[in-house]
Amino acid sequence: MTTSALSRKTPGNNPAGKPGNKPAPQGARRKPFNWRRAGAWTLVVVAIIITVAPFLWMLRTALSSNASLASNASNLLPADFSLGAFKRVLGLQTPEEAIAEGGSGAAINFWLYLRNSIIFASVTTAGQVFFSAMAAYAFSRLRWPGRNVVFGLFLATMMVPPIFTALPNFLMIKNLGLLNTFAGLALPFLFMTPFAIFFLRQFFLSMSREVEEAAMLDGAKHLRIFFQIVLPNAAAPLATLALLTFIGQWNEYFWPLLVGQDENVRVLTVGLGVFKSQSPQGAPDWSGLMAATLIAALPVLLLFIAFGKRVVNSIGFSGIK
Amino acid sequence: MTTITKLPDPVAGGSKHSHRGNTPRPGRGRRLGDLRIALLFILPAMIGFVAFFLVPTIRGIYLSFTEYSVLGDPTWIGTRNYTAIFADELFWNAMAVTLQYVGLNIGFQTVIALGLALLMHRVAKSTLIRGALLLPFLVANVIVALLWFWMLDYQIGIVNEIINWFGLPRIAFFGSEQWAIPTIAGVNVWRHMGYTALLIFAGLQSIPSHVYEVASLDGASQTRTFWSITMPLLRPVLVLVLVVTVIGSFQVFDTVAVTTGGGPINASRVIQMYIYQKAFGESDFGYASALSVILFVILALVAFIQMKFLKGNESDLD
Repeated sequence: MTTSALSRKTPGNNPAGKPGNKPAPQGARRKPFNWRRAGAWTLVVVAIIITVAPFLWMLRTALSSNASLASNASNLLPADFSLGAFKRVLGLQTPEEAIAEGGSGAAINFWLYLRNSIIFASVTTAGQVFFSAMAAYAFSRLRWPGRNVVFGLFLATMMVPPIFTALPNFLMIKNLGLLNTFAGLALPFLFMTPFAIFFLRQFFLSMSREVEEAAMLDGAKHLRIFFQIVLPNAAAPLATLALLTFIGQWNEYFWPLLVGQDENVRVLTVGLGVFKSQSPQGAPDWSGLMAATLIAALPVLLLFIAFGKRVVNSIGFSGIK
Repeated sequence: MTTITKLPDPVAGGSKHSHRGNTPRPGRGRRLGDLRIALLFILPAMIGFVAFFLVPTIRGIYLSFTEYSVLGDPTWIGTRNYTAIFADELFWNAMAVTLQYVGLNIGFQTVIALGLALLMHRVAKSTLIRGALLLPFLVANVIVALLWFWMLDYQIGIVNEIINWFGLPRIAFFGSEQWAIPTIAGVNVWRHMGYTALLIFAGLQSIPSHVYEVASLDGASQTRTFWSITMPLLRPVLVLVLVVTVIGSFQVFDTVAVTTGGGPINASRVIQMYIYQKAFGESDFGYASALSVILFVILALVAFIQMKFLKGNESDLD
C-alpha cells in the first residue's frame, strides 16, 4: 500500500535526479490528470484544516488571558499571552489572580477529576478486556452444549441502546447504595461488552491449536493454557481492544452523569460540563475552559500519537456481519 | 463510543492453521465437553450480562407499564404511560427534533465521509492523513461540544468574527430556535466525518482492483465507473455504516446536554434528553421507561428496514 501510494503521490514534482522507475510519466498526456489530482489534494488539505484548526484554536484560547479575549476576538495569535488559564485550572492561582485574569474565581477540582477519570477508565478497561477475553476463550476454544445459543444472546444485547438499560441500572445501583461510588460507576462496564467478546473470539478462533494441544497432552490445564499460551499470543489484539476501550471510557459522559455527581467520584467529562455552567459574573472563563478541555483531551491525544497506527488500522469492516 | 473494528483476518495465520475439530480429546465426557471449565471462564461475563443487560432490559419493559417515582414501589398502570405519550405534545416535538437532527447529521455526514473516503482511496492513502481526520472522533463529545460552543459564541466566537468580516449578520448558533439543531448536527458531523470516512475507506479497499482494470480497459469514464462499479460494490458497507450511524445519531445526548440543555424553549430537546429530564428531572421513571421502549422499538425498526430494503447483507460482487 505504502509503496504504491508513494509512487503515485507526487507525479508532478518528481526531482529530475531520481532515476524514474517508470519512463517519464510527466508528459503532456498526463496534464489533465494532474489538474484533477491537484483539485483532489486541495480538498484533502481543506478537510485536514477543518479538522485540525479547531484544536489549534483551543490551544490559542488556552494561552490567552481571558480578559483580553473579547478585544482580540479575531487575532490568530494568543490574546495577551498568558499561562494563567492553565495555572487556574490546575489550582496554581489564587482566586484574586484568577478574577483579575477574567476567571470565575471558583475552583474546579481538576486534579481530583483527573484522578477519578484515570481510576474509572483504567479499572473498567482492565476488567472488561480481561473478563471478555475469558469469555471469548470459552466461546472459541472450549466445546460445550449451548455455546452458540449463549453467544447469540450476548451478541443480541449489542442492539439494545444504552439509554434503555441505563434507567434500570441506575435504579439498581441506587438500591444497592452505590450511587457516588467508584463501584457504582464501574460495575456496568466491568464484566463485558458484547463487542469485546465478539472481537476477541474472532481472533482466538484463528489461532493455531497445535501448541495448545501439545500442552494439553503434557497435562496442562485450561487455566494455564489461557494464561501462558492464549493471552501472550493475543497480545496485539488485546492491546488494540484495550486502547479502544480506554478511549471510550475516558470519554464516557452519560453514565457518570447519572451516578457520579459527587465531587469525590466526578470524572473529567462531567466536571467540564459543570465548569462551563459555573460563570457567575457575566462572560464565561473561555481560556480556563479551553485549558481544561485541552488537558482533559491530552491523555487520549498522547495515546493516539503513540499508537495511532494501531487505532487507524483497526477501523474497518472486514469482520462485522 | 460506537466502534466498528476490523477484526484480525482468520486466514492470516494460515500456514499453521490446523483444524482438528473432529479428534475427540482424551478422557473427557463426550456430551458435556468442556462444560465445567467453560462455566468458570464465562462466569464473570455472565454476571455482567445478566445483571447489567438482561435483567435491566426486562425490568425496563416492566417499568414502562408502571408509575414509579423512585420513592416507594412501582404501581402497575397497564398501558397508561403509552397512551399518555401518544397524546404528549412534548414527545412529538422531541421526535420531530430528533428526526430533524438525524436527517441533517446523517445526510451531511454520509456524503462528506463518502467524498473523503474516495479522496483517501484515490490520492491520499497515508496513515498520517487518516489519523488526522480521525482525531475529532477520539476526543470526548463533551470536549468537542465545549470547543464549538466557544468557537460559535455569538459575541466573540471566531466563526461569528469570520461571518462578520464578510459583512454578514452574526448568527446565534446555539441560542436561536432555528439554528440550534442544525448547529448541533454540524458539530457532530465534524466529529464523526473522519471516522465514518475510514469505515467507508475500508470498504473501498475491499473492492478488488481487477474490476477497475476491466472498466478502464472498456474505456469507462470516472463518473461511470463510480456509479456502476464503486457504488454497487460498496453498498453492503454503506448500509452497515448507515445502520450504525443512524442508530448512534438517534441517541444524541452529550452535545445537547453540554450546550443548549434542550433549549431554546424546546428547540433542541431530542428524545434522549426528554427521557433524561423525565427520569431525573421529574422522577417519572415509568414514563421515561416507556419513552425508552419506544426509542428501542424505533431503532430496531430502523435497523431492520435498512438491512431489508437496502439488502445490506448481500454483496453484488459474487
